[in-house]
Amino acid sequence: MAEKLIRVLVAKPGLDGHDRGAKVVARALRDAGMEVIYTGLRQTPEQIAAAAVQEDVNVVCLSLLSGAHNHLFPKVVQLLKEKDAGDILVVGGGVIPDADIPYLKENGIAEIFTPGTPTSKAIEFITSHVQ
Amino acid sequence: MFDKEKLASIQSAKEGWDNGTVAKALGKYKERREEFTTSSKIPVERLYTPLNTADLDYEQDLGFPGQYPFTRGVQPTMYRGRFWTMRQYAGFATAEESNKRYKYLLEQGQTGLSVAFDLPTQIGYDSDDEIAHGEIGKVGVAIDSLADMETLFSGIPLDKVSTSMTINAPASVLLAMYIAVGEKQGVSADVLRGTIQNDILKEYSARGTYIYPPAPSMRLITNIFEFCSKNVPKWNTISISGYHIREAGSTAVQEVAFTLADGIAYVKAAIDAGLNVDDFAGRLSFFFNSHNNLLEEVAKFRAARKLWAKIMKERFGATKPRSWMLRFHTQTGGSTLTAQQPDNNIVRVAMQTLAAVLGGTQSLHTNSKDEALALPTEDSVRIALRTQQIVAYESGVCDTIDPLAGSYYVEALTKKIEDEAMAYIEKIDALGGADKAIEQGFIQKEIADSSYNYQKEVESGHEVIVGMNKFYIEEKPVEGLLRVDPAVGEAQVKKLKAMKENRDNVAVKNKLDALKEAAKTDANLMPYILDAVRVYGTEGEICNILREVFGEYRPVEIL
Repeated sequence: MAEKLIRVLVAKPGLDGHDRGAKVVARALRDAGMEVIYTGLRQTPEQIAAAAVQEDVNVVCLSLLSGAHNHLFPKVVQLLKEKDAGDILVVGGGVIPDADIPYLKENGIAEIFTPGTPTSKAIEFITSHVQ
Repeated sequence: MFDKEKLASIQSAKEGWDNGTVAKALGKYKERREEFTTSSKIPVERLYTPLNTADLDYEQDLGFPGQYPFTRGVQPTMYRGRFWTMRQYAGFATAEESNKRYKYLLEQGQTGLSVAFDLPTQIGYDSDDEIAHGEIGKVGVAIDSLADMETLFSGIPLDKVSTSMTINAPASVLLAMYIAVGEKQGVSADVLRGTIQNDILKEYSARGTYIYPPAPSMRLITNIFEFCSKNVPKWNTISISGYHIREAGSTAVQEVAFTLADGIAYVKAAIDAGLNVDDFAGRLSFFFNSHNNLLEEVAKFRAARKLWAKIMKERFGATKPRSWMLRFHTQTGGSTLTAQQPDNNIVRVAMQTLAAVLGGTQSLHTNSKDEALALPTEDSVRIALRTQQIVAYESGVCDTIDPLAGSYYVEALTKKIEDEAMAYIEKIDALGGADKAIEQGFIQKEIADSSYNYQKEVESGHEVIVGMNKFYIEEKPVEGLLRVDPAVGEAQVKKLKAMKENRDNVAVKNKLDALKEAAKTDANLMPYILDAVRVYGTEGEICNILREVFGEYRPVEIL
């Protein structure tokens, strides 16, 4: 039997309109053989968590360049837990200062990918962390 | 520029060089690459000679600065008269903080202001809206009402500065606030100078801060064209922007093509609304990106100027020379900055500055070295401004006009970009214009394809980014980045609450009701918005009224 495909939700929380990175990551994950759903812009954490559960994804990739990550990323993780979906791997990317990364990891974001990260690194991380 | 006989002689000499000198050298050493191309995938030849510009007609293709087709520049003396406007895009946290930064920049020799608004302001939400939480004051200043705008320009006389505002969907509201601040300062609207971005089409295709669907958005834009041509004649009513298209991943050719296609759509909409082309075309302005491929960028600016002049004259029948001129602002390429070894970004920005200046820009924002990490600090903004000043005062490139003209390579590239951009514009025309091409996802798909191809080339190492995928070093995290205090959000919400308690709420309601009724007709909405703003109706209140009448845009997602 073929191995089950990894399902990924690529999401843009908040009001940020920069979606170049999100779209590149979405395509790269798709090219790496994953099933990718892209939410489009301006999603609330509630919408993202609901979509993640509904689509039964293994991974949520959050992309944000506006600086609101400390508020929005942990909220997504918290909502997933409330929906008994705490096993979904949540990773983030964007313009995120190094100083904020420990806080985000403490709040359940498994990894943060900052500018210049090759997509291969994200693919590798996801593949090795999804059970 | 050379006669046939001379060209034939050059041709045969070149063949001799190719088959002799070059072949011999290639026998010993291969070139670095099999094929060389620009960022737009235009093949780059080993050598450019008069053969590449054999079809160039000096008077038709280049002409003279300040004259049609403006390939060599829009002003007769260019930077010999005065330098471009040095205009750093800035704004964060509260109106008080941003007001301080503006005064600092003006003291440092900056010659124009450029306001960055936070995302809630850009998308028409007040700071007390649930959706604004976490975003207040983050990527720009939070402006809820005229009260904030008064603070933002406190001590800055509006008759002495020109102000550019990066605001699109709610542009009419912010322009109205600016006019109202002028009134309070005793400065009448007809002397105000500045620009609103007001370019909704690229929000749908590349930048993302849309509110309403295309039709009512285009109406708001033509309302502004009409209102300003009568009341704020020195105002640039739109800044048709390729900047964000390029940042989203397009090539240089696509940047020119999609921007001019958007421009064509605005001109058509205004003409369809009954405006005379020469009454508004002179106030259209443009905004381009400047990336690292220096000569391709210079050629891009020259090609864009020439194309727009032709479009305005031949396609739209504009008769005033000012209507033919493509005047543009430039910003250096944010997406070219690396988070790794950020000091290297100073060099990139310097190169991009040079490209913009050699391309004849009217104003320029230079990015700061730390912008791949956070909003820039005061120190890094100063270096970015100094970069412009060094190019202006020390490089000598400003002492003669369009110094790269006549370069075989630059002229051949200018022609190539012009031709390729025109082919795209024809394709977009066939789809029904830029608005229709965006509805069909054509432009978004083209941009996403280019962006993904570029990413793959970076990851394969074919595209080298110094310090990132080559010449990499282990680094300590950068310290001293600018952080916006999270308390800013709460303070702004409090301020808004107090303002709402102290204003004349009956007057606000009356003005908002009047706006709503007008929105249902085909009246020009600017006077109604101005009335609402004057009595301290908030941006969110005004935009919500229009949301009720116009509805909201739902994008097509293109991967």
